[in-house]
Order: sequence, then C-alpha cells, then structure tokens
Amino acid sequence: MDSSQLFGITTIAYLLSSAFYIGLLVFKGKKIGTVGLIFAIIGVLAQSAALGLRWNESYKIGIGHAPLTNMYESLVFFAWCTTLFYIFMEYKFKARVIGAFVMPFAFTAMAYASFAKGINQQISPLIPALQSNWLIAHVMTCFIGYGAFAVAGGLGMMYLLKQSAVNRGLSEKTLTGGLPELKVIDDLTHKTIVFGFMWLTAGIITGAVWANEAWGTYWSWDPKETWSIITWFVYASTLHARFTRGWRGSRIAWLAILGFISVFFTYFGVNFLLSGLHSYGSS
Amino acid sequence: MAQKKKNPVWSFFASVKLALFLLFILAATSIVGTVVPQNKPTGFYAEQYGQKMANLMQTLSIQDMYNSWWFLSLLGIFCLNLIVCSLERIPGVIRIVRKDNLTTQPARLLKLPFNETCVVGQSVTDTTEEVVSFLTSKGWKPGRRDKDNGTLLFAQKGAWTRFGVYIVHVSILIILLGAVIGSSAFSNKILHNPDFAFKGSIMLPESQETDHIFSFQDGKKIHLGFTVRCNYFSIEYYGNGMPKTFLSKLTVLENGKPVRFKNGKTVHFLEVNTPLTYKGITFYQSSYQPYSDFLVTLINKKTGVKQQKIIPGGKQVSSDDGLVSFGIINKEGRGEAISRVKIWFGDADADPSTFWLNNDQEAVVKRPSGDYILHVKQLYATGLQVTKDPGVLWVYTGCGLMLFGLFVAFFTSHRKLWAHIHEKDGQVNVVLAGSANKNKVGFEKTFQRLADSFKEKK
Ligand code: HEM
Repeated sequence: MDSSQLFGITTIAYLLSSAFYIGLLVFKGKKIGTVGLIFAIIGVLAQSAALGLRWNESYKIGIGHAPLTNMYESLVFFAWCTTLFYIFMEYKFKARVIGAFVMPFAFTAMAYASFAKGINQQISPLIPALQSNWLIAHVMTCFIGYGAFAVAGGLGMMYLLKQSAVNRGLSEKTLTGGLPELKVIDDLTHKTIVFGFMWLTAGIITGAVWANEAWGTYWSWDPKETWSIITWFVYASTLHARFTRGWRGSRIAWLAILGFISVFFTYFGVNFLLSGLHSYGSS
Repeated sequence: MAQKKKNPVWSFFASVKLALFLLFILAATSIVGTVVPQNKPTGFYAEQYGQKMANLMQTLSIQDMYNSWWFLSLLGIFCLNLIVCSLERIPGVIRIVRKDNLTTQPARLLKLPFNETCVVGQSVTDTTEEVVSFLTSKGWKPGRRDKDNGTLLFAQKGAWTRFGVYIVHVSILIILLGAVIGSSAFSNKILHNPDFAFKGSIMLPESQETDHIFSFQDGKKIHLGFTVRCNYFSIEYYGNGMPKTFLSKLTVLENGKPVRFKNGKTVHFLEVNTPLTYKGITFYQSSYQPYSDFLVTLINKKTGVKQQKIIPGGKQVSSDDGLVSFGIINKEGRGEAISRVKIWFGDADADPSTFWLNNDQEAVVKRPSGDYILHVKQLYATGLQVTKDPGVLWVYTGCGLMLFGLFVAFFTSHRKLWAHIHEKDGQVNVVLAGSANKNKVGFEKTFQRLADSFKEKK
C-alpha cells in the first residue's frame, strides 16, 4: 500500500466521521457519536501512517524531506492537526457534538487536496530556500495554530446556532438541543483561541527566524507575512476584548469566525489572489 | 499615580478601548499593502489605478505604506498605549504580589471559592505544627500569624506569574525597538553612521575579492572593514532541471591573510540556508550571474606552481613562466550554461594538443616540458546579499520573551492557600481555603486533593 491510497482511506474516514457526527446532532443517539469518533480515529491513524510513508517515499526517490512543503502537503497536515486537536478535545472535555462542526473542515481539506485542480500531489524536490529545518518548525507551528482556529471557528458557529435556538425558545428536543450549554461552548472557544494564539505566535516567530537565515530579513511585509500578522491582531483583540472588557458569548463567537476567515485568507487567499515569497500557491 | 489619572492625555493612552481600536485599525490598514503592490516604480500606479488615484496614493505613501508616516505613527501610538497602559497597571500588580495575606480576616476564608473545614482533636499549637509540616511537604511554604484564638497560615505559588502579561507587552516593545535599531533611518538620520546597520549586495566573480558592497537604499559604497573572496561558485540541479543547490565558497581576508572561522576552516560553504557571519556582517547567497569567460587553473606538476586566469573564449594566453600557452577554441552547453569546452594547449617543443573537457573538471596534460593539471570552468559571479543588523539580537530576545510571557499569561496562575487553626466549642478546627486568579477548575482539583489528603491523615 502506498501513501496516496492511505490518504484516500483517510478522506473517506473523515467523510464518514463528519456524517456520523452530523447524525449525532440530528438524532442524538449516543452510539452514532461513538461511530463518528471511531471513524475520526481510523482516519487519523491512517493519515499518520500515510504521512510517515510519504516521508519515507521521498527518501526513496532521493529528495528526502518532511511532507510539509507544498499546498497539497500542508492541506493534508492541516486536516491531521485539526482532527488530532478535535479528538484531544473530545477526550478532555467530553463534548461530542462539536465533531459535527469540526470534522467537515478536516474532510474538506482532504477532499480539496485530493481533487482540486492545480494542486500537485507529487512529491517534489525542494528549491534551495526551502531546504531548512526551520521549514518544518514553521509549518508545524503554524498549522497546529490553524487547526485550533478551525476548531474555534466551528465552536463559534455552534454558539451562534445554539443561541438563536435559545432565543427563539426552541425546546431541548430540537436539533440544537443536543449542543453543550452556551457557557460551555463559550469557554471552549476561548480556550481554543488561547491555544491557537500561542502556536500562531510561535509560527510567525519561526517564520521570521527562517527568513532571516535564508534572506537576511526577518520581516519584509510580504503579503503572507502581513496576513499572518493581521490574523494575529484579530486574535489579540479577541483576547483583550474578553479579558479586559468582559466580552462574552456571541461577540466572541463572531470574532472566532472572523479570525478563522482571516486564517483562511492567510492560507488560501494570499496564494490565489496576491503574490509573494511563499511558494505554496504555485505548486 | 492618583494625579496622573486625572490627566486626560494620560487616561486616553491608558485605555484598553484605544488598544482594541488600534489593533483593529492596524489589522484593517495592513490589508491595503497586501492588495496594492508595494515599492513599484511611480508609473506603475498611474497605469494601474489612474492618475487621480495614483496622486492620492502618493500623498498617503501607499506605494511603501508600511514605512509611511501614518502607519509608523499608528505603531508609535500603539507603543505609547502599551507603555502607559502597562505602567498604569503594574503598581496594582506589585501591590497584589506584595500583599500581606496574613491580614485576611479568618471569617472571610469561608467566603472564598474553595474552602473546607475539618475538626481535629488536639491542641491548637500541635495542630498548627502538623498543618505547617503537611503543607510544606506538599510544596507550600506557609507564613503564620496568631489571631482570633488561633493561628492563620498563608502560602502562595506563582505570584510572579501575574507579571506574565507584562512580559508579553514588554517583549512587543523590545521587538519593535530591535526593528528600529536595525532600520536604515536610525543609522542614517539619528546616528549619522551608515555603517551601523545596512542592507546591500555585491556581485562577486569567482577568484575575485571585495572590501565593499553597495547599499540597497541609495546604491552607495559601504566598506566592510575586511575583504571577502569568492573562490568558487556552482549550481547543482535535480534530474528535472530544478536547481538543487547554489554554492559559493567564500574566504574572508584580513590584511591579505585568510581568517580562520570558528570551525578552524578558512573556507565557508555558503548556501541559501547557511549564511556566513563575520564581525556582525552576514552574507547570504541570493543570486548569481554566468559569464562567457572561463576560469582556468593550471598547476605544474613538477614545480607545484599554481596559477589562475580568467580568459575569454577564443583567446590564447601564456602561462606566467612562458612555458606553455592555452586557449578555449570551442564550447557546448544549454542556454547560458556551458557543459564542456574544447581546449587548445601547446608549448614550444611539440605540436599542440586539443581535447574536450567537461566544465568544472580537470585533466592531466602531458607535455614534453612537463605534466600539467588543467582545470577549466565557466566563470560565474555569486550574488551576495550583505546585511548588518544589530537589531536582530533584540528582535530574537523579544520573540523568546514573548513566547515565555504568553505561556506564563495563559497557562500559569497565582494560587493562594490559607489555613486557619483555631479552637471552637472546645475542639480544634482547621479551615483550609484557597483561591486562584486563573484556571480555577484546575486549582479546584488541586485544592480538593490537598484537603482530602489532609483529612485522610487525621
Ligand atoms: C498585539 C499586541 C498585544 C499582545 C500580543 C498582548 C498580549 C496580552 C496578553 C497575552 C494578555 C493576557 C490575556 C489573558 O490572560 O487572557 C494581555 C492582557 C492585557 N493587555 Fe495586552 N497585548 C497586546 C497589546 C496591548 C495593548 C496595546 C494594550 C494597551 C492598553 C494592552 C493592554 C492589556 C491589558 C490592560 C491587559 C490585562 C492585564 C490584566 O489586567 O491582567 N495590550 N495582553
């Protein structure tokens, strides 16, 4: 079996996991959620194996490097981080339905990586600038952050959904009844943002150190750098609004969504709409 | 502080509302420079956006917006906000950290978020000793004071973590300070010393040396204070034609003598991710330039004399001792890159030899006058970016501090623990109580474990 088959299995597992979590949201059967979790775990295991294999395959064809170097690989890594983060969260906070808002992100990333036009799945050699251990540190830290922000964005949507149901006085029996308490979602959103902020900061810093090693400039306001700092500002204001002005609930939920849009733009928009140093967009 | 608070300017800059506003404005305006290409020639903007818009952009320095007066002012106000706001709050934090928590009224302990009372049957003094040693064994070092026919104990952990936020804030200032120190504006306009910090470049052909580079900013010469020689440059390719490695071999010379680097070598292998730093100046592999000339190295095997010459194609040259002459009479290659050359090599005693030699390879030529080692390679220049940035150290320090500060601010907390041992209705009561400023759930568990383990002992 090669890595691409395993990635295929991962994609299917994430699809099924999403479906079952959404099923849990609709039908509220505890067992449905367990199946969702099992598929998420199968997916993550298959994906871990696939990542290892792909790494190994790159050595076999003589251009050995960690599978973190182009758009395809980063999407795959994003899905992996998001799912791992989610499984950890489900284990720690026992809030299962959140999967319905998170696993679709992981599935979409995998599906997009596999099927979208213009995404090269080949293991390709690294141009000299990318041959650095900082590349690995940079991509890992950034994407752990992105994974957390994806979860936070999902939580934000969940909050708003639940809140509108509560406001309309819908009973616990409806779709949103199975969601955690508003207060719980709010708290989880905050914790997730804090976690992501820490990693995004580390990601920006490792990127700066790397740029300085390769080009002698730690910051050059290239569009991707700029968008990462914009994202950082958005989350910094979210934290301050909550911490010092006591913002809670829907405002934080909106900011979590806005933050994720900014992450999304940093990751995709910059590649497809703007130009710059980062080479992910072109391959 | 009390007076300053009344000063409206001070309170304006102390406000967190301003901080939120600034973060938002910085984020929003930063977008502009990612949409409008930066640092293009003036004509570009008129062409792209029309003359009127281009004029407006000119006024607002949109073509270089991250260095524009208004963006830098925003950053300046941001720093001021950060400083004033932190100054305003730090005294309060110091007060909390220094606070004498043994003045707490024992009655208040029962109102704290976590408290637990247990009744034990010994004397107050004995029990106090027991509680002290119990808490000490759990890593809490209590202070004590007698009050209300009993003794109050207090211990705390992580009081200093209340400064975590300010570590983050200071780290931002340090990073920005580093950016200022490294900026050309600082060295040119404030220090009037362009050698303090600069960015520049140089195209250095193989076998050549330089003691200066040219500034990016104004193209002026900047003297290095030492000499750099490029011994060699090459590009390695992957099978698919993508470049794999750009390599320059550099030597630094002081008074004409090669300098030994820390690893004991005199040659630095410069690649894209392995810059060379010497005396605070860093050299980066940034570009290259192929020439149509050749770098020829000739070694006389008998005498060991080595000479290096740069010769154009089709021209015959003589060795320094006049014994032999040689030239390149043909070449093959793809584009500008030459893969092999045809050599003409002769001396006075016999017919000349001609032969093909691959680029960057050597051949042994046997002649009546002696044996020679001949090495021929297409001449390249290596493009070096050269940077001196004394601010980088500050920036890196700030980055490290920021990560540390974020960790402290987010994942550590100030935890307080009191124990009041007193006599009530003829029995000895121990009231344990605690509070934490963050991660209350976590502290609740710690507290409960502590209380349970104490009760168990009783
Ligand atoms: C992007 C820049 C900034 C970053 C990364 C940052 C970071 C932080 C962090 C991590 C916290 C702790 C929040 C928590 O524990 O949840 C914090 C708190 C705070 N920040 Fe900032 N900050 C920034 C800018 C500012 C500015 C410009 C001000 C100016 C007023 C400010 C004022 C405060 C205040 C008042 C607190 C609460 C402190 C307390 O009462 O404990 N911050 N900041």
